[in-house]
Amino acid sequence: MQALLRLLRRGFEPLEAVGYRLFGGESPFHHLGALTIYLFWIVLVSGIYVFAFYHTSVAGAYESVQRLTEEQWWLGGVMRSLHRYASDAAVLTLGLHIFRELSRDHHRGPRWFSWITGVPNLWMVYMLGITGYWMVWDELAQYIAVATAELLDWLPIFTDPMARNFLTEGSLGDRFFTLLAFLHLLGLPLILVGTVWLHIQRISRPRINPPRRLALGTLLALLALSFVQPASSHAPADLTRAPQVLSLDWFYLAIYPLYDLFGAAVVWGVLWGGTLLLCALPWLPPRRRESVAEVDPAWCNGCRRCFGDCPYGAIEMAPHPDKRGKEISVVDPALCVSCGICEGACPSATPFRSVRELVSGIELPQYPVQVLRERARAAARRLSGPVRIVVFGCRHAADPAQVTGPDTASVPLVCAGMLPPSLVEYLIRREGVDGVVISGCRAGDCEYRLGTRWVEERLAGTREPHLRRNVPRERIAVCWSGPDAAMLRACVDGLRARLAARSRADEAGGGARPPAAAAGGGHG
Amino acid sequence: MAERAAARMLGQALAYAAFAAFVGLFAVRPAWTRLPPDTAELKVSIVHRGQPVGECRERTEEELARLPPNMRIRVVCPRERSPLELEIYLDGRLLHREIKAPSGLRHDGPAYIYHRFAVPAGEHIVRVRLRDSVRVEGYPYEREERVRLDPGRSLAVDFDPLQGIRFR
Repeated sequence: MQALLRLLRRGFEPLEAVGYRLFGGESPFHHLGALTIYLFWIVLVSGIYVFAFYHTSVAGAYESVQRLTEEQWWLGGVMRSLHRYASDAAVLTLGLHIFRELSRDHHRGPRWFSWITGVPNLWMVYMLGITGYWMVWDELAQYIAVATAELLDWLPIFTDPMARNFLTEGSLGDRFFTLLAFLHLLGLPLILVGTVWLHIQRISRPRINPPRRLALGTLLALLALSFVQPASSHAPADLTRAPQVLSLDWFYLAIYPLYDLFGAAVVWGVLWGGTLLLCALPWLPPRRRESVAEVDPAWCNGCRRCFGDCPYGAIEMAPHPDKRGKEISVVDPALCVSCGICEGACPSATPFRSVRELVSGIELPQYPVQVLRERARAAARRLSGPVRIVVFGCRHAADPAQVTGPDTASVPLVCAGMLPPSLVEYLIRREGVDGVVISGCRAGDCEYRLGTRWVEERLAGTREPHLRRNVPRERIAVCWSGPDAAMLRACVDGLRARLAARSRADEAGGGARPPAAAAGGGHG
Repeated sequence: MAERAAARMLGQALAYAAFAAFVGLFAVRPAWTRLPPDTAELKVSIVHRGQPVGECRERTEEELARLPPNMRIRVVCPRERSPLELEIYLDGRLLHREIKAPSGLRHDGPAYIYHRFAVPAGEHIVRVRLRDSVRVEGYPYEREERVRLDPGRSLAVDFDPLQGIRFR
């Protein structure tokens, strides 16, 4: 299974690379979930407009849609097209979202909840799409209405066959369209909102809106499509005739040809089998749990930084057992993904502390801050050459060992966000390192959602714990290369070239090494 | 630098165009041929409660006397209903034969039959026979008709206890 997922990820990677090259941190692949929600906003707004002109009756349904499409093509027709194409695009982004999360192994371990609660969304989206097509009451609607009724009749839940409702013209009543309108406009969307809410419950700061430029670009693309290929209807439904050739929306209606070819048993087998498989995937096989973050009450002062930074809401605050009036962080093992971001957020993780054994208020037992400091220190002391650089590399991005050499050493991280900013200062001031590179996942695409963002904000001084202002920023480079080793190498080479040029300029100006490198100092 | 930005913008525009083209393509294409061009459709849908499986009988005076006053109904029939037995012939050849049991745990509900058949377009003799009682020989309901089924025509066959088998 894991080999299959790796293959899937490798297949996805060229697309991801192109997306990142073109859009940077705003790559659509980094915002597939948010894009899907955004597309449903478009669907909602355009749907409300279209419904304002819709007649919920057998005789009026087709005619009202047709009138809107033809007589008001410049707005009503465009809205209808936008409604259809945004729905289709949502299926596309939803599918990519599922495959992407699957290929990245984001469906197992503590993330199982988000995966499982995503499955009902799929059913809701498809039911919404299918009921939407019914409402037009053209030949396509007739085809899917009859086939859906036959599919439902195959299940042993209805006594009176639903398909009888579509036997002759007289057997279908206006109430059917009122029911459809209720389902499509109110019932199913409300359930969908509920299931989406559930889907994002176990993540903090969920990204439900895509970047503005991406949102605008997507809207413009769909608008252009609406003008180039306006949505149209088939001939009106006629129950004395059998639809023959149909322009099918394959995003929503692919199960119907499957039904025509193989029958109801196969369709239900695929649907329920697929649903069961999706639900079982988090345990095929179960993920080996890494140790979760541990809190040391002696060093936790209840500052709430780890609480604010945890991307999965795995940390809660409780009264401190030893310090009266203070709080302590409490880790929920069921939610913790062992990313170490809390370790990077903890103010007591500063390596400048002059204690024999460096213990942080919260840290990963398998990679405590003491070990991190020792590795960084050892890496710095191995370096030689005119420009010495230490690369902190997230294990989900390009392997920093690929860029090591006599003047470049690497220190692995679980996530870039686990790096206490003070460790960067420590290396520059205490260990005399010339430059530090922090590499990680592609911008906006952190394996643990927020690591890269927190690093940027901590370095910029807008998030605690921040990198002190007097640490020379030109000695630091962040490189959100993702798996692109060439990009990481370019980052390291670029920093080295800048530092070398600066060093030459300083020497030419009569200065020695930049003052920051020589100075010592503690970190508050 | 400006060239790079322009190339990136162009690349983004192409990406959006590819996205829209993909959506636009599979939103309507390829077309699905559900029924071949020279084909029509025959839909059969019958909902009917068959006759009781046994004869009704009159209770004797002794039997009635043993019952509470509110339950003294003279004529009693078996609760279980007969299955429906349906045969459809197209141009003299048997197209479909089915025996459908009544619904319900005690087999006392109606039996439901629904089928769709693709048939070649043209003139056909359609003959439908229905038996709703195990106590009679042969088929009490029968209809035979010459029908013209143009390509794409959908002929519905249903049943009404008063009107019998109907072609619609």
